[in-house]
This record gives sequence, C-alpha cells and structure tokens, in this order.
Amino acid sequence: MGFEKFGKVSFTSETKVGEFVELLEEGKICASKCKNCEKLYFPPRMDCFNCLSSEMEWVELSGRCKLITYTTATFSPTGFEDALPYTQALAEFEEGPKVFAWMSKDIKEEEIKIGMNLKLVPVKIDGKISYEFVKE
Amino acid sequence: MRDVAVIGVGHTKYGTHNDKGLKELFVEAFLEAVNDVDKGIDPKEIKEVYIGNMGIGGAQLGNLSALMVEQVGIPYTSVRKEENACASSGFAFRDAYIAIKSGLFDIVLAGGVEKMQDLTRDMRTYWLGSSGDVEWERLAGVTFAGVYAMMAIRHMKEYGTKKEQMTMCAVKNHRNAAKNPKAQFQREITLEQAMNSPMVAYPFTIFDCCGTTDGASAVILASGEIAKKYTDTPIWVTGSGGGSDYLALHDRESITRIDAAIKAAREAYKRARREPKEMDLAEVHDCFTIAEILAYEALGFCEMGEGGKLIEEGETEIGGKIPVNPSGGLKAKGHPIGATGTGQVYEIVKQLRGEAERKERQVEGAEIGIAHNVGGSGGSAAVHILER
Repeated sequence: MGFEKFGKVSFTSETKVGEFVELLEEGKICASKCKNCEKLYFPPRMDCFNCLSSEMEWVELSGRCKLITYTTATFSPTGFEDALPYTQALAEFEEGPKVFAWMSKDIKEEEIKIGMNLKLVPVKIDGKISYEFVKE
Repeated sequence: MRDVAVIGVGHTKYGTHNDKGLKELFVEAFLEAVNDVDKGIDPKEIKEVYIGNMGIGGAQLGNLSALMVEQVGIPYTSVRKEENACASSGFAFRDAYIAIKSGLFDIVLAGGVEKMQDLTRDMRTYWLGSSGDVEWERLAGVTFAGVYAMMAIRHMKEYGTKKEQMTMCAVKNHRNAAKNPKAQFQREITLEQAMNSPMVAYPFTIFDCCGTTDGASAVILASGEIAKKYTDTPIWVTGSGGGSDYLALHDRESITRIDAAIKAAREAYKRARREPKEMDLAEVHDCFTIAEILAYEALGFCEMGEGGKLIEEGETEIGGKIPVNPSGGLKAKGHPIGATGTGQVYEIVKQLRGEAERKERQVEGAEIGIAHNVGGSGGSAAVHILER
C-alpha cells in the first residue's frame, strides 16, 4: 500500500513503510526513527538494525542537505529513456542520513559543485509522486 | 588444520559464443579442468560442487548446478548454485576451500558459468542493475555504471584522482588482453581513443566500463594430503576472506572505499600470514575503471587515495612492482558474471605454474598471487591468496 504511486517505475507496493508515500503526498519528507535507540532511517525502515527494535515513528526532515556526489546518465535502464540525459546525486541531510535522488532539471550542469546546499522536495512525475533535489 | 590445493583449472574463451549454450560452456571449462590434472583424475572422485551463476535472463534459475553436473557425467553428487552477483564464483571457491579445510571432503569442484549475449540490451541492463539496491537505486533509474561513476566523482574530489588515471587501467588491461588467447577483447586501445569514446555515465566513457560476456570457468581443489597424487605442481590456497556491506550507497559509511573487499582482504592476508608487499601479481575486479583503483587501495598496494598515482607510475603493469590483471581483467578478458571469480583463480594458477598462454604475459618468477572478486557495487567480496 502506498508505493504503487511512488517513482517513475513502481516497486515494492507491499511494505511496512507505505505511509512514507502518503506523507510525501502531503508535502512532507519523512524519515523513520527508532523509539528505543533514536536511530534515524532514510529511506525509512520499520525494523531498526541498530537495536533490533520494531517500535518506530515518523519524523519530518527539513529537506536541507549537502551534495556528496553525482553522475549524469547518457544511457538508461528500460523505462527512463525519455528522460535522458539526467543527473542523479547522493546528498547528506542536515539530520544525518544520506539520500539518493534526481537533480531538478533546473540545476544546470556547470552549477553543480560537491558540497553545495540542496533541498529535497516532493515532485509529481507522470501522475506519480517522488522527490528531487532543488537549489537551496 | 589441513592444507588445500588447486589441482586442475579450466576456462573457456570469454566473449560471444553464438554457437554454444549455457550447459555447453560449462562442459568445456569442466573438461579442460579435468584434463589439466597432470596425473589424471576420475570426475566421479568429486564429492561436492559449488557453481557460481547469476542466472542472467532467468535461463535456468532453479537447480542450475544439478543441470550442470549431469552434463559431465556426475549426476549423483552434492551440488548448489552460489549467487553473490559478480562475486558468485569467488564465493563458490571460498566454500569449496572451506569444505576441504573442514575435513569433510577431499576433492571438490568450484566453477561458474554465465550466458549473457543471447539477451536483449534492455534485459541485460535490468538483470545487471538488480545486483545493486533495487528499491531505491535501480528503480530510480541508475545503471551500474552510474553507481560506480558516483564513487569515482567523490574519489576525484577527495583525493584528486584524475579521469585519465582511471582510464589508464582500461588501456593497461587491453594491452594485457591483446596477448591472452582466452580474452574477449584481444586488442590494444590508446588513452586518447578511450578518453574520447562516447559518454555512458559522467565521468565514464564506454572504455571505462566492462562489456557483456559469455563464458565458464572451473577449478578442482583437493586436500593437502592427497594433492600430490594428482599433480606435481599443486597451487596452495593459503588465504581466503569474505566480506559484505550495505547494498545502497546511501547506507554506506564511505563511498570512496569498498569495505566488503577491505574486510575480505584483511581476512585473507591474516589466514595466509602474508602482507600486501609480498604479492607477485593480482587479478582484481575492474568492472569499471574506478573499481581497479579502489582494489589497489583495498588490497593495500598503496595508501587510501593513492591508487591513481600507482597506475600512472606504471607499477601495476607486467614488469612493475605489482602486476595487476595480467589476464586483461574484467574490462578486456571479459566479465561473464558467475564465472568471473573462478576465472581469476584460473589465471593466477597458470601464472604461478609459469604457464601463461604467451610468454609476454607471464609474470616472471611469480610465487604468490591474490584474487579480488566484488559483487555488484560492493555488497559482497571474496579475496583469495594462492601460492606455488
């Protein structure tokens, strides 16, 4: 429940983290947090691998992050050909976890600098929900 | 504990085999391994079998290993397929080593087989991508090249590694493969040609990426007590190490290291009581050019971040301080996923026996070699040390 609406190519429609997508639709980028040891997970997990507790809660993140690395694809897997070329990146949230996502097409390649400030925001693609990096 | 030796090795030519299927490729590698045992062996003496295969395209997903051994007349044995993506047969070899080391079995087969060329490009890209994190990376549209490209960009930023240095690994590996009759791409390339080839995933051009390959490899192992009954030149497996890590880059502590390989290397060196500087040659997992540089660093041939300089200074050429991928590596010898790990062992065994197919490719006087096999983007890794 939830994930059939996520991403360009859907996956994992059955999972305990389905609520993540509903929160995303409300405009919230959420991580899951272990109530026992307070470890923060993004993407969310509902079973904490740190203390092995399954008592988790949702925590909204600011979306603010710093660019760690990126790449621009000129070849793609099936289903992504129409988007080529596209830039994808890994960034670190100010709250700690890392996130892999698409760069907004509004960010020009020459503007991309490792360490730059970005913001992860929810976006609609082809009627589905996902998230991408925009300039902070 | 008892010693473990390799007594026979086999390896098909890697490349495009339009005229041979999955089963036939395995038969070819197996028969070569059996015939390579110089004092002879009856295949029925093999008691346990470990076969690496990813099942690219789904060809024979279930019970693949039983199907393989029936092709070679030993249907009544004990078999299993090992799947750790590109490190499948590295782990098949590790488990064969453990089976003998434990004292339970005396003669064991480890091998691998993959048929990739009969698939459409779409299916290949899908299957390969599924060895990285599927949920959050692969289905977000990133290719394997893209995942390694992100590691490369960060390595360039943190250590000043240059794209030219990475691509030099491909140029070297093509130069070695040009002298290897079993290699997929037996031709040299120039740095200029490789740098100017089409872009796949920035900063990788097409020559920074390995191709798709059909092939099989097979290795027969025996316990130390009986090895000399089968061969005058056993090659001893003195160290074995295995490692694993988070699949997705976003969960890893660092993306400029393959921690699974660092852990596996540490274990292998410790078991063999050896140090990196004692190695005479290495076969490493260069699925993308940055991966060879990360391998230099994981295996301790240089300090972290110094891999780019090591290739630029020519130290990993045949004749250098530590020749790496004298076979041509994954880039130019080829990368038939499930067969790659035991294919690396084949090359090291041949080199340690002084039997490299052509003299120009022989690492003179090599006594100790190391094989480094990585699964996917670093989710798993197996490292082995072999000695004459």
